[in-house]
Amino acid sequence: MNVVVCVKQIPDPAAPPALDAGTKNLVRAGKLILDDSDAYGVEMALQLADAAGGGEVTLVSMAPNGETSGLRTALAMGAAKAILVSDDSLAGTDALGTAKVLAAAVKRAEPDLVLAATESTDGYTGTTPVQVAELLGLPSVTFAKKVEITGNSVKVERQTEAGYDEVESPLPALVTVTAGVVEPRYPSFKGIMAAKSKPVEILTVAELGLDAGEIGAAGARQEITQVADAEARAAGEIVVDEGEGHQRVIEFLEQLKVL
Amino acid sequence: MSVDKIWVLAEVVDGAPITTSLELITQARSLAGTVEAVAWGDATPSVAATLGEYGVTTVHDVGDLGGALPGVPVAAAIAAAVAAGAGPDAVLFPATYDGRDIAGRLSAKLDRPVLTNVVDLIADDGGLVTQHAIFGGTQVVSARFTGEGPGIYVVRAKSFPAEPSGGAPASAVAAPAPDTGATNAARIVARHVEERTGPKLDEAAVVVSGGRGLGERDSYALIEELATLLRGAAGASRAIVDAGWVPYSHQVGQTGKTVKPTVYLACGISGATQHLVGMKNSKNIVAINKDADAPIFSVADLGIVGDVHKVLPKLIDALKSRG
Ligand SMILES: Cc1cc2nc3c(=O)[nH]c(=O)nc-3n(C[C@H](O)[C@H](O)[C@H](O)COP(=O)(O)OP(=O)(O)OC[C@H]3O[C@@H](n4cnc5c(N)ncnc54)[C@H](O)[C@@H]3O)c2cc1C
Ligand SMILES: Nc1ncnc2c1ncn2[C@@H]1O[C@H](COP(=O)(O)O)[C@@H](O)[C@H]1O
Repeated sequence: MNVVVCVKQIPDPAAPPALDAGTKNLVRAGKLILDDSDAYGVEMALQLADAAGGGEVTLVSMAPNGETSGLRTALAMGAAKAILVSDDSLAGTDALGTAKVLAAAVKRAEPDLVLAATESTDGYTGTTPVQVAELLGLPSVTFAKKVEITGNSVKVERQTEAGYDEVESPLPALVTVTAGVVEPRYPSFKGIMAAKSKPVEILTVAELGLDAGEIGAAGARQEITQVADAEARAAGEIVVDEGEGHQRVIEFLEQLKVL
Repeated sequence: MSVDKIWVLAEVVDGAPITTSLELITQARSLAGTVEAVAWGDATPSVAATLGEYGVTTVHDVGDLGGALPGVPVAAAIAAAVAAGAGPDAVLFPATYDGRDIAGRLSAKLDRPVLTNVVDLIADDGGLVTQHAIFGGTQVVSARFTGEGPGIYVVRAKSFPAEPSGGAPASAVAAPAPDTGATNAARIVARHVEERTGPKLDEAAVVVSGGRGLGERDSYALIEELATLLRGAAGASRAIVDAGWVPYSHQVGQTGKTVKPTVYLACGISGATQHLVGMKNSKNIVAINKDADAPIFSVADLGIVGDVHKVLPKLIDALKSRG
């Protein structure tokens, strides 16, 4: 079984970017890393390929500057190969443009199953995967907290407001997984060494056969008009608990007439 | 782009439109002359009265989906209406599981982008401007669509109040989904409802949430006991949901529920931006955390620097002794 995992490479969230109020661009520095949200998809893909008795896990990513460090992490976990789309004309691409690029790249791998995260850490639009599914004419099941393959179909426990639904779909299909669906493995030393020589195909927009006018800043049909500071909450009262902290909470609740 | 007609996705749960849909309808009234709704399932005729009360004139009824997930068929039905020239200038979706799916599908079908995580929608210069909270709500980004409509917006819960306008029942018109073939092959085969007692998390006046600072699963009982004593609901950070301590329906934040209670008590929660986004607009916030530098204190009206295992049992005992 061939599984494609869409993996986003993002700036380290531990060093959060700032938004430049003048240019309205995110100011970022440093190497990109594998989005934590996508580590679950990679792990899930590896487990499903294993359970199916073989098959390949292919990574698909779109990132600037031919960045592969996040892909290497996922390759070290055990993915077989990667397709990276990197092209200067992609700067400023919106979620739909990203979906067009990812869809074109995913198609090349002819997968039985496409996995993505329910939302990325830095973009969190949560719409890119279903847009990819629609562009490829695939059924999709979002918010999976459990995924199983039986024969030619995928069975998913999909989170709902009230609990979960059991959903079934024939393959090929796209599934988005939540954090917590599986416990991502740490790459082993052997895995890290092996990842260095695994194939990463780097493609441009033209090589994917996409029209450059449809993507990048030229294709984006939304714009940021303003960035402003939110109204700050007034500083609160801080009490260090020395055994009586709970009393202050009770007084506070009484003040609010909750008690 | 002038905005004359807005469609709102009216998601129906347990036979009634969800509150977020009513919030969006309320706001849509102030933005456009005509507000219509899109609904599916067999409850449409009975919810038409409620939707009318909030200002909807027409409900486009996609009808029974035969067990399909709504994403594909409902988006196809909306796209068909747009293609037929009967479509709206903007479509508003609640940021729910199905709302996001339908919006994403519709976006790709119509080749129009989506604006997600919207927390405010303002009429401006004949068009709509959205606002988005970023960095845990410390900054606000304004955005808008350029080019041809309709605009697609996914809006977070509790961004607007829900207020009826006293309108007459809406009239329902059939808007069946066109055949979408294999794309529409995902089927719901069984539904599971996790029982909850007490008030709903997103409606309770008091929310008591616990995080990884509780240390272990069993300590969540402190959160539940405190919530019960305060006649509130028990919530959680994602860390302990992912760890399997509590069901996902307890999660507050970016990917969980948005809550706006009279009092929110955060116990052993660090206050990551994704958590803050779901509770920062609570009227009052109390935080208990042993780390004086925890970011949660930056939004707390009352911060207790202390150990949850010391403070919570005393708080519970004190409340019990009040009777
Ligand atoms: C795309 C995305 C979406 C996300 N969505 C959500 C979401 O919806 N909701 C959400 O909550 N998170 C979400 N997160 C996760 C978020 O980034 C944090 O990881 C999470 O909120 C941390 O949970 P926590 O505060 O319980 O744990 P931690 O960050 O580990 O904090 C534990 C806190 O407990 C304190 N503590 C420890 N021991 C004690 C003690 N004995 N007494 C008192 N205090 C103690 C510590 O000082 C610390 O501040 C999301 C992340 C991503 C990337
Ligand atoms: N540039 C990208 N490269 C690869 N996958 C992506 C990219 N952007 C989004 N995705 C996938 O779509 C998911 C949701 O992203 P988002 O729509 O940004 O919330 C991510 O977790 C990835 O699985």
